[in-house]
Amino acid sequence: MSLRRLGAIFRKEGLHILRDPRSLAAALLVPVVMLLLFGYALTLDVDRVPTAIHDLDRSPASRALIERFRGSRYFTVIQQEGGYAAIEEGIDRSRLLLGVVIPENFSEHLARGEEARVQLLLDGSDSNTAALAAGYAESLVLAYSADRRDAALRARGMKELEMPLDARVRVLYNHELKSKNFIIPGLIAVILMIISALLTSLTIAREWETGTMEQLLSTPVRPAELLLGKLMAYFVLGMADMAVALVLGLGLFGVPLNGSFWLLVFFSALFLFGALCWGILISTVARSQLLAFQASMVSSFLPAFLLSGFMYAIENMPLIVQQVTRIVPARYFVTALQGIFLKGVGMEVLWKEALFLFIYAGLVFTLAARKMRQKIA
Amino acid sequence: MPPPEAAVRTEGLVKRFGDFVAVDQVTLAVQRGEIFGFLGPNGAGKSTTIRILCGLLQPSAGRAEVNGFDVAETPESVKQSIGYMSQKFSLYDDLTVEENIGFFGGVYGVAAERRVQRAEYVLRMAGLADQRGAMTRSLAGGWKQRLALGCAILHEPPIVFLDEPTSGVDPIARRRFWDLIYEMAAGGSTVFVSTHYMEEAEYCHRVALMYRGRVIALGAPAELREAEGPGATMDDVFIASIEREEARHP
Repeated sequence: MSLRRLGAIFRKEGLHILRDPRSLAAALLVPVVMLLLFGYALTLDVDRVPTAIHDLDRSPASRALIERFRGSRYFTVIQQEGGYAAIEEGIDRSRLLLGVVIPENFSEHLARGEEARVQLLLDGSDSNTAALAAGYAESLVLAYSADRRDAALRARGMKELEMPLDARVRVLYNHELKSKNFIIPGLIAVILMIISALLTSLTIAREWETGTMEQLLSTPVRPAELLLGKLMAYFVLGMADMAVALVLGLGLFGVPLNGSFWLLVFFSALFLFGALCWGILISTVARSQLLAFQASMVSSFLPAFLLSGFMYAIENMPLIVQQVTRIVPARYFVTALQGIFLKGVGMEVLWKEALFLFIYAGLVFTLAARKMRQKIA
Repeated sequence: MPPPEAAVRTEGLVKRFGDFVAVDQVTLAVQRGEIFGFLGPNGAGKSTTIRILCGLLQPSAGRAEVNGFDVAETPESVKQSIGYMSQKFSLYDDLTVEENIGFFGGVYGVAAERRVQRAEYVLRMAGLADQRGAMTRSLAGGWKQRLALGCAILHEPPIVFLDEPTSGVDPIARRRFWDLIYEMAAGGSTVFVSTHYMEEAEYCHRVALMYRGRVIALGAPAELREAEGPGATMDDVFIASIEREEARHP
């Protein structure tokens, strides 16, 4: 390994990056666009559910229930007129997600101590959201019912009933339960994976296409030096992307960074190196830039997006798919990112993730260097 | 180690690509300081032979030594001793003239203090001193070609391989390029140059005519012409050699 040759490759590659303003802009803008898109548009939180209430009872009791819906941050009551037909139409037009129907004899039943019923109509097309909205509505109705019962007991001069069980929930991390606090750290993994695999995948294929590879191979440059020199240049670019993502995530979206900043830098560097090696490996295997581009897109973006646990919980996947996620490096990086950002944990917890990422990077680099040597011979 | 007398030596060199025999039993020796021409039509196997000699391709059979090093066994040592310029003048278009020189100086491992001196020499030699900051993409063919040659000899290699360096440039640029080749040979370098221009044969000390992977004639241009009869041109030599070859291997 000669530092002189390594330095020459690194400088040259850096010049390529700087001389291609379009790619450079893309490399720095992709993270911004993705963060803005996902940070603002993609929220997995269910709140302000558009709700219609059809009150047939029109009694103080029914109005008290409606007030509860109005007071909750999970619901926005946007319609109280029109009855069943209007609720159905609203759901058909996706204007409404929830319809609450309070029947005529609601207060009568309550007064007589009989079971009073409230009907909840839900748009089930997005089953996840519907289930969450139904859960919120049910617990709201249940709380109202418990308060009514307690009030009735007090009115008769009796003591309030203690609930036999009372779950006290204390959310330890991300206590506001905001999905962006979870999404944005994961998104950093996806961004780094895409950027690094995309940029590097073209770099070797381009040298084959323009014929400069042949010239390089006639010089004393060794395959490992060529790869490492190129990696270093793109590494700088990747870390710049990381910085952009970090500034946006912390500054604009207010994601908390509870753990160590330097641990975050360490994990990003480790992951970035592996991802860059992956791009280089693709580039050595695919001789045309087009093929390299497509292969890197499919093999980096999709696993990082779908199988890393960034969007979809790995525990909910079929067992076979769960096993597949074990070889997706982004999975380990997402775990590390969420651990560092939200839980503030350190190496004592994340050493396994670090170890995997380290082995992955080493393996892919060796493979790329060997592939390169084969191709030369 | 005293330099062996032959700069390049091959013995029964063969390169097969599947069923196709690109290089067929090529045996030749090039002396130090010689300008050795490799002549033949496109597809005769000139480039393949040069690429084997530069350590870019493994031979299928036979032996080849460059600067005393076996190309198949010690390609790294071979690469230290040669400069290679491929048909495509492989420079980086998005780098300036000076940056290309700096880059190749680095990958050839030229020491930092020597690099400045060599860069100046190459700029002067190529006549690009005034355009050192120009983007390589903006250079005309002849300049690019001289820059490519300059980049290939930054590390002062004893042997230089030039694969059709003059194809696609105008006659004046070709003439100037040959002046550079003479300059290098005068400086003690061995120059191994391939071409498909017959008139360029006259510029070489010795030539090998290549046809369908075989060397069909080998010698000084004047000798070859005289052997063919009075007033024979290089074209006549080539045609006669091909006819004899076809008669031997129909």
